Amino acid sequence: MDQGEPVLRPMCRCRPDAYLHRVTSSLIDIARVSRTYSDGSVALDDVSLQVVRGESVAIVGPSGSGKSTLLNLIAGLDRPTAGSVTVDGVVVSGLGEKASALYRRRTIGIVFQSFNLLDDLTVIDNVALPARLMGTSRRAAARRANELLGSLGLADRRDAYPGRLSGGERQRVAVARALMNEPALLLADEPTGALDSAARAEVGRLLADLHAAGHTLVIVTHDEEFADRHTQRTIRLADGRVVGATPAGASR
Amino acid sequence: MTAVAAVVAVTAAVLGLTLLHESTAPFDRAFARQHGSHLTAQFDATQVTAAQLTATATLPGVIASAGPFPTVTVTPSIIRGEQDPHGPPGRATLSPITVVGRSRPDTTVDDLTLLTGRWVSAPGEIVVATDADLPSEIGTKLTLDDLPGAPVLTVVGTARSVSLTADAWMLPAEVEALSQHVVTSMQMLYRFAHAATSGDMSANRASLAAAVGGDALTGSHSWLDVQQGTDRNTALFIPFLVAFGTLGVIMSVLVVVTVVTGAVGSGRHRIGILKALGFTPGQVVRAYVAQALVPTAIGIAAGLVAGSLLSGPILHSTDQLYGTTTSGVDPKVDALVAVGALAVVALSALAAAWQAGRLRVLDALAGRAPHADRGHRAAWLAGRLPLPRSVSLGLAQPFARPTRSSSMVLAVVFGTAAVTFAIGLGTSLNAVQAAKDHDNADVSVDTFGSLPGPHGIGPDGSPPPSIDAAGITSIVAAIDAQEGTARSFSISSTDATIPALAGTTTVFAFNGDASWSGYAMVSGRWFTSAGEAVVPTTFLHATNTSIGDTISLFFEGRAVPIRIVGEVFDPHEQTMEVLTDASTIATAAPDLLPDHFSIEVRPGTDISAYITRLGAQLQPLGLEAIPTGGNHGGSDTIAALDALTAALTLLLIVVSALGVLSAVVLDTRDRAHDLGIHRSLGMTPRQTRTMVFSSVTIIGLIGGLAGTPLGILVHRIVLPAMGHSAGVGLPRSVLSVYRAPELVALIGEGLLIALLGAALPAAWASRARSVDVLRAE
Repeated sequence: MDQGEPVLRPMCRCRPDAYLHRVTSSLIDIARVSRTYSDGSVALDDVSLQVVRGESVAIVGPSGSGKSTLLNLIAGLDRPTAGSVTVDGVVVSGLGEKASALYRRRTIGIVFQSFNLLDDLTVIDNVALPARLMGTSRRAAARRANELLGSLGLADRRDAYPGRLSGGERQRVAVARALMNEPALLLADEPTGALDSAARAEVGRLLADLHAAGHTLVIVTHDEEFADRHTQRTIRLADGRVVGATPAGASR
Repeated sequence: MTAVAAVVAVTAAVLGLTLLHESTAPFDRAFARQHGSHLTAQFDATQVTAAQLTATATLPGVIASAGPFPTVTVTPSIIRGEQDPHGPPGRATLSPITVVGRSRPDTTVDDLTLLTGRWVSAPGEIVVATDADLPSEIGTKLTLDDLPGAPVLTVVGTARSVSLTADAWMLPAEVEALSQHVVTSMQMLYRFAHAATSGDMSANRASLAAAVGGDALTGSHSWLDVQQGTDRNTALFIPFLVAFGTLGVIMSVLVVVTVVTGAVGSGRHRIGILKALGFTPGQVVRAYVAQALVPTAIGIAAGLVAGSLLSGPILHSTDQLYGTTTSGVDPKVDALVAVGALAVVALSALAAAWQAGRLRVLDALAGRAPHADRGHRAAWLAGRLPLPRSVSLGLAQPFARPTRSSSMVLAVVFGTAAVTFAIGLGTSLNAVQAAKDHDNADVSVDTFGSLPGPHGIGPDGSPPPSIDAAGITSIVAAIDAQEGTARSFSISSTDATIPALAGTTTVFAFNGDASWSGYAMVSGRWFTSAGEAVVPTTFLHATNTSIGDTISLFFEGRAVPIRIVGEVFDPHEQTMEVLTDASTIATAAPDLLPDHFSIEVRPGTDISAYITRLGAQLQPLGLEAIPTGGNHGGSDTIAALDALTAALTLLLIVVSALGVLSAVVLDTRDRAHDLGIHRSLGMTPRQTRTMVFSSVTIIGLIGGLAGTPLGILVHRIVLPAMGHSAGVGLPRSVLSVYRAPELVALIGEGLLIALLGAALPAAWASRARSVDVLRAE
């Protein structure tokens, strides 16, 4: 894959000096977070953890352990019933709907387990969508999307519809879309869950490249082997609680 | 959603079918309901006794009778200003009325419908007929100046007699008291076994007259005459109500079909699971049809109740227009709507479930529609438009589900058509009123009697004194000399005969140019010289003439040829009339004097001051000048029609918007997954609302563009039909009522209806959290 250097760079528009603090400051600070659903089921119970800038962290655990819920809370897609989630200095758990949307646009990129590509849009329109929603001109968004697709080896698939792509290609399109607005944080929910072994390896290499380019990664997976191989640190969840974790900023 | 759609559709259908039902032979149904009187007979009480009249009930052919009831004719007056704030102050004497003495309204024949207030129960109380030219407000005082002691009666109720048996009712003893205890007239009401033809009625009348002997039967009127008169009036409104009723029924069917097919279509994933578990296509179809029918049954029950409640005020208005009475929604209408709604739902569900049941299991499990790639091209093109992305995403959505979008377009088309038709109708009716009033003049002076229209009554309700030729010269001089007079004309009237025509024809002779006074031409032109004349449609029909024909008017044997140059719109009670220049009949009717002057003042002239000055000059002649303009829209019928139009239009807009709403709700539900993705990518609530609203923009515009001409077409069909029913041609000013700015606004109305329908789903979509929709999906 052609990994164009300027394309996968991490950037945070709101804090131009963020790069200087990357290694030492905490990008994600989760403090005593609980999430209980209306039916009484507890998804997360008093979870606390930190992720520093530039880290590549895997959250692992069996189904129902609360790892996807934790990712949703970091992404501002859901709210905790107790505790707080702070990302890049922003208390995500206290954001309203509009502020939450703006936060997702500017600060994070999400790669979903089932890719969540829009079937009626072409690959390039899918990738460009986050920038277009932010008000970026069509031309500028297309230029950036083309760069990303090129760097991810999808230049020749730009006008295809998602239904015509392989699983690995869809995952790469989802990654390109997540990187579109140059987020400070990239979240991935079971990025290999729907892929065959060849595609899994491809995604693993892609995530490693992104990390190498300086991106902060939080990956939710039940695949511990994948986590061990492609991330710096693993946080283990079971029944909504952290049952094992290496300290923030530590490396394997 | 299916239940809600059923409620809306059934409500609209009940209203629509009730309107259609009410418009089918309204007189006959009301007559049957009231056990109407086939023959209303007046007898001379000095020649026949009450016992003899009671005995007529046993005559051959009589199947029911009521009476005898004492009757008296009185001339009431009211104090203007107290009870009629719009009229000039002073006492106004009303036309003579026939008061019948009845102790109760519900007799075996002519079972009256009490509309307001209560029945008479004490001396001095009176119930007035809604069709009589009497004040109907409860508590109104009517003074009988022509009777000793000038008794005062209080209106305690209003009632409707479809058979038009009286102008008012009092207790029998009260009627006898008004007759100085010498009852001279008695009323009997009869129903006959054979009363279908005028021949039957003549025979019945003859048999009655023979039974009482001599000249005891002093007068009678047949139900056939009443029926003819009522039908002539109701015919005017039937096309209008049929148009609205039909629109309501079509839209209700549309709403149900949209929702049911959409709801079944949305269940593809579930259908996939059922088929994977071993359901056959037939079992899938049966399951989904049953699933659609259960909420429909609940919705139908609620809709029938809502329809009955909403029909109340509508029926009240139609009764006013038709001069009939109803007892609410006909059970047959309810039954028809219930069965029809179930059938439409079952068929719609059957079609949609049959299509879904034939899907391959894998496609169904994936929620894939047979044509999942539909709309790609539109989405691609929309993405290249120089518009915010939330807008372009919405604009492309209708193309992904063309069937559903088409149903939304149809809902908007009918809603816009209804609004267009209603606005056109309202404008036309006001134009009719303006043309009827033809009172563009600012000031008028009446010299004798009264003319049709708002002219000709003195401040005390009595006609002004007659003026001789010298007086007329003084009036003309005063008007001409008055500062501020722009132009004026006068009208004289006299009777003439036409050989081919029974009775007399009123000839209105104009001194001066009256073409500016507001007479509207149906065709041809206003007369411009001696020998030319304009006539109303009824005249042309009665004389079998047309524009360009010459016809002779006879004034006491002297023939005056006139050439008809125009068909004038003048549909008041006096329909046999000729309007011509005074010089046309100057020789044949040399002593004819004007009885009315119309004056237009110069722009900027203070009309009140003008009237005061002119009035001062006319004072010696015992005349006064009065303002004449701005009396448009004074008709009760037009007010009732306006109110009914507004109510029906509002209802159709609501149904139309609900049609859009149901489709957008289904669409939003189907797109919940995409919505969750958009929100997770940073789409703000506002952008989400924008996207949903944009998704109906094209639908609204297309609906507006198609619905507006459709509404104009309905107007073009219904208005002439209404005019034809009333026996009048309509002038261009009544038919061509749509102006360019209105048309633009009406096209925008389609957009408004679509946006209105999308408002709730847009709010829901903007509030939905992506984690919920993605989890729910």
